[in-house]
Amino acid sequence: MGLTVDHLQVCYRTLRGDVKAVDDVTFGIEDGEIMGLAGESGCGKSTLGNSLVRMDVRMRQLGGRVELDGKELPISDAKAMRDFRFKEVSIVPQYAMSALNPTRRVGRMVAELLKSRGFDYKSALPELERRVKLVGLDTDILKRYPIELSGGMKQRVVMVISTLLNPSLLIADEITSALDVSTQRAVGEMLLEFRDRNFVKSTMVITHDLSILAQVADTILVMYAGKLAEKAKADVVINNPLHPYTQLLISSLPDVGMRHDEHTLVGIPGRPPPLLNPPAGCRFRDRCPFAFDRCGNEPPFVEVKPGHSVACWLHADGVSPSGGV
Amino acid sequence: MLVLDNVTKAFKTGTFGGGTLPAVRGASFEIRPGEVTALIGESGSGKSTLGKMILRLTPVTSGTITFEGTDIATLKGKQLREYYRHVQGVFQDPFSSYNPVYRADRVFATIKHSYFPSVSGDEWHERVDKSLQAVGLNPVDVRDKFTHQLSGGQLQRILIARALLLDIKILVADEIISMIDASTRVDVLNLLANLKTRGLGVLFVTHDLSLGNYISERTVILRRGVVVEMGATQKVFDNPQHEYTRMLLTAVPQLHKKWEGELGPELETTRVIPEHNGRPGRYSKSSLHPLAGMHARKGRRAQAAATERDLAAGLLRTDTYLRTHEEAPPLVEIEEDHFVAISAGAK
Repeated sequence: MGLTVDHLQVCYRTLRGDVKAVDDVTFGIEDGEIMGLAGESGCGKSTLGNSLVRMDVRMRQLGGRVELDGKELPISDAKAMRDFRFKEVSIVPQYAMSALNPTRRVGRMVAELLKSRGFDYKSALPELERRVKLVGLDTDILKRYPIELSGGMKQRVVMVISTLLNPSLLIADEITSALDVSTQRAVGEMLLEFRDRNFVKSTMVITHDLSILAQVADTILVMYAGKLAEKAKADVVINNPLHPYTQLLISSLPDVGMRHDEHTLVGIPGRPPPLLNPPAGCRFRDRCPFAFDRCGNEPPFVEVKPGHSVACWLHADGVSPSGGV
Repeated sequence: MLVLDNVTKAFKTGTFGGGTLPAVRGASFEIRPGEVTALIGESGSGKSTLGKMILRLTPVTSGTITFEGTDIATLKGKQLREYYRHVQGVFQDPFSSYNPVYRADRVFATIKHSYFPSVSGDEWHERVDKSLQAVGLNPVDVRDKFTHQLSGGQLQRILIARALLLDIKILVADEIISMIDASTRVDVLNLLANLKTRGLGVLFVTHDLSLGNYISERTVILRRGVVVEMGATQKVFDNPQHEYTRMLLTAVPQLHKKWEGELGPELETTRVIPEHNGRPGRYSKSSLHPLAGMHARKGRRAQAAATERDLAAGLLRTDTYLRTHEEAPPLVEIEEDHFVAISAGAK
């Protein structure tokens, strides 16, 4: 069943107007799928992830519908979401390192968390210990304070806690960005392992780092300025991207072994448009080397090849602007 | 040319400063003009501490840093200011390098105030414009803007432009691109690489091997404050000798190649406290293999196991050495301009 997000719109209310951080976003995640969500800072990727778990007071859902395993997820209703959070949808936040309560030992924090959800710590303890061991930590970390753990250990503890009740959807928001490469790899492989062991059904990995997604994700969704730009299987996005933004982004990443004097990479000039009154038409138009007159209209996000959707007029031949997926 | 000779930094830890944390141990290398030297290490390896010592933001515990023949520890007052005329740093977070209350280009005014009080306003304006153009910025875009109106890449480049206004010879770039968006990141990298054509020596501090490899001529790999491998970048990357270097190379996520083999022992920082010298129980077995027991998938494990076991054994040997010795392991030159710490490659 998995997750289905249908024309979701989420905005931030500000004094100057609504900032549409997630604008008409439609996608799905299958059971057992790890979907990577990539984009620059400010493109709305974290907002999308957070809105599926907890809308904060500044956020409003303007439209759209989210379904998880066939049931509607009442994302704009904070109270109704309480029944889903942690049990059905769970998040590993961007600053997982500071997500642990510094005044509680890890075990006690988990106990309080479980109690608040009507579960018993004692009966959950064997499973908790089993999973702590599984990620390569000693069970005595449950008796330690967060300050006694290193960054990578904290990250793993938070992941174990978040997935303790086998949620249907796990949102992993920038979980590797503050880690060293060796720990990054450990955490990345943990994501795969959790999926293989059915601790979580589907996972959404939010990151700005495409090379991490190339390692762990099954499909990659690229966002740009609040809109979807491209979605396809991970290797297709990496090797044969269609959207100019994805192409330029990937070509700007140095691979190991690449040298400046032999092969000079180029970045993408300019910066993304502001999301408070964004310009009409394709939002990447100003930075796009292929922009042409048609880009003044907004390109639809359509499937151009089986399993490969893109929002670009270059690839939307024969598709009417209203043509949907 | 800036030369580091046996530089050591030990931080005092504990309530009464009873423990010491050797952040850098016996580091010796040089930053040559017209070259980018990449200083690669994971968090806690002492790479930023080294950068700070070069910028004299923190004193060295022992050893010397000499810049063009003078020990920088002896510099005071005017001489120190002259030193900063030649040696400048740019740091990780572009947003906290600025005062958000003032316009971003105020950093240029402070330079004028300290170093060029006699230059006329018009001439200074021209120099700033030239310097901004040198870092690939259009002065119109960035002048009179506040920090929140500029992107991370622009801010970082303004800081480099600020350094270029001085007569700089050494630039310490401490993780300067880790907070910049991927789409503009490579432009800042290219800028650094182009600076060397001006005869500038750049110390590029990073945790990312692919970035280090991309722009540097020389590479220094740090592990727990110790230089484990250094030399010409191509030699270090094409023929990595130390287990740690090899482990880093296998762990770095790449676009077109999946992670292979097993992950080596956990490489998280652990404090080395003299009282614990030689005590074996500092690492529990499970923490050495963060994913011990997780690689149940067959095949992949079997094929990689043999080589990986060697790697792990080597790393363990290094770790034991670092734990039980206070001084850094000696470096040997295995080929021209390629040095390896011998606690590792004892074959």
